[in-house]
Amino acid sequence: MSLHTLTVAELAAGLKARRFSSLDLTLHFLGRIERLAPELNAFVTITADRALADARAADEKIARGDAGPLTGVPIAHKDIFCTDGIRTTCSSRMLADFVAPYDATVVERWRAAGTVLLGKTNMDEFAMGSSNETSFFGPVKNPWDLQRVPGGSSGGSAAAVAACLAPAASGTDTGGSIRQPAALTSLTGIKPTYGRVSRYGMIAFASSLDQAGVLTRSAEDAALLLQAMSGHDLRDSTCVDAPVPDYVAELATPLKGLRIGLLREFFDKGLDPQVEKRVRDAIDVLRQEGATVTEVSLPSLPLSVPTYYVVAPAECSSNLSRFDGVRFGHRCENPRDLLDLYMRSRGEGFGAEVKRRIMTGTYVLSAGYYDAYYLQAQKVRALIAADFARAFGAVDVLIGPTAPTAAFELGAKTSDPITMYLNDIYTIGANLAGLPAISIPCGFASEGGKELPVGLQLVGPHFGESRLLSVSHQYQLLTEWHRRVPPGYE
Amino acid sequence: MSLTRSQVEGIAHLARLEITEAQMPVYVDSLSRIIDFVEQLAAADTAGVEPMAHPLADQTQRLRLDAVTETDQREKYQRNAPSVAAGLYLVPKVIE
Repeated sequence: MSLHTLTVAELAAGLKARRFSSLDLTLHFLGRIERLAPELNAFVTITADRALADARAADEKIARGDAGPLTGVPIAHKDIFCTDGIRTTCSSRMLADFVAPYDATVVERWRAAGTVLLGKTNMDEFAMGSSNETSFFGPVKNPWDLQRVPGGSSGGSAAAVAACLAPAASGTDTGGSIRQPAALTSLTGIKPTYGRVSRYGMIAFASSLDQAGVLTRSAEDAALLLQAMSGHDLRDSTCVDAPVPDYVAELATPLKGLRIGLLREFFDKGLDPQVEKRVRDAIDVLRQEGATVTEVSLPSLPLSVPTYYVVAPAECSSNLSRFDGVRFGHRCENPRDLLDLYMRSRGEGFGAEVKRRIMTGTYVLSAGYYDAYYLQAQKVRALIAADFARAFGAVDVLIGPTAPTAAFELGAKTSDPITMYLNDIYTIGANLAGLPAISIPCGFASEGGKELPVGLQLVGPHFGESRLLSVSHQYQLLTEWHRRVPPGYE
Repeated sequence: MSLTRSQVEGIAHLARLEITEAQMPVYVDSLSRIIDFVEQLAAADTAGVEPMAHPLADQTQRLRLDAVTETDQREKYQRNAPSVAAGLYLVPKVIE
């Protein structure tokens, strides 16, 4: 088995046993990135010099015997995380030349854990998109079929890990932006509870929904990397001050006795039959291992997409007002006056989808419409959260598909924003309620002669990451879907 | 509900976004469709429901001592500014 198809856990064991050095690994991944990243457009910035320096430092640590579980493991960061001294673009023209003056907490913590930074991955502009087609740097391609999207907004991270250009990558999830790309590229992707991971240095889109997480080849890897990024941070006032469990130790929790709630609203008429079959097969595997399955209904859940498309744009319009062409970011040529400077810098610096969301948000927050749209959406959000809370009185995890279909073709949904928004129909609920959720590979659908990955989604109660990870890990001990690598990238 | 062109122009102005003449009809159409789509929220019975602004109930904002914790990094931060002089951010003349 080649180095690049190994999991983080396997790489860490190999480093510890000195079967290879971090420098060997880093050169191997940098070589693959140089060869294969361009066809996928997975990276915005490749940080080769930094990676080699990180790797040498890691090898010294390993030689001294003070290596941690992630020392020397190469990783990539979504280009939404600020990296001190390294260009941080959010895949926007607005920040195309922005060099972050500090590290995000997630970046700092993974660095402190001894990881090696390979580069910054492409994404939908400001994380607004479900197909990675809104990036200023062009769309990312899905390694399972280069004619198809990898999902979004963490599409570059997903493509990079799926194509074995990096063993793991960070992502952010505001409405499904970790889980949906994980599903479309056959990866494990976890969005933790809101407040579990610091948002400091993570460029804000919708602050009451955004949460950082990770895309990996296995649940065990997700546990290792989530462990290293979680926990209280004084620099994010919404980051919760609660102890972080030992996610890796808890992976051993057996499936027997697990109470699964099958989410009726997730098996609606929009669900592709092949996706449904794979998801139901996966649920059968869990049942055979001693889990019980009952059907659960969350009556307000069908309103989650319209709720999200009021709340998220409202928060986005507020957050993105900081891009004014004055202190950082794009500035237009020869502004006539201050208003012209604002209007043209923002008009030129933001792409079409970002402008659409800023304007949607501006409208729903404007005088005369605030109550009807924004306040009403916040109330429906409360109903959705209450539905989830009620369900978790009787079950341990909720289960269903991650996305209604497998990966779709590039350009297939770019003409109508609503069609695109409906990709996130099964993922948005967890963000609105602040719940942790994970997507894991559960098989393939065939379309046009291609095998396209399907994702199974598990949603847990607040701070229930351990159970999501252990259920996923136990499933992965019984199945091989997560070990599949796209043809041509083995 | 359909938005009119002049409404969209008003929104773009409030949002400080210049929209080109060619792009304006595209935004009128797509924003109308989005507003139509979210209109379905109006039918939800939310009588007596408290609006939810934060996903975790019972969280309170932490207070800290009113003490200086940041160091002066003006030069580093201003390296990203489009135009600075003598530590100040430059913009077009505001007062004639």
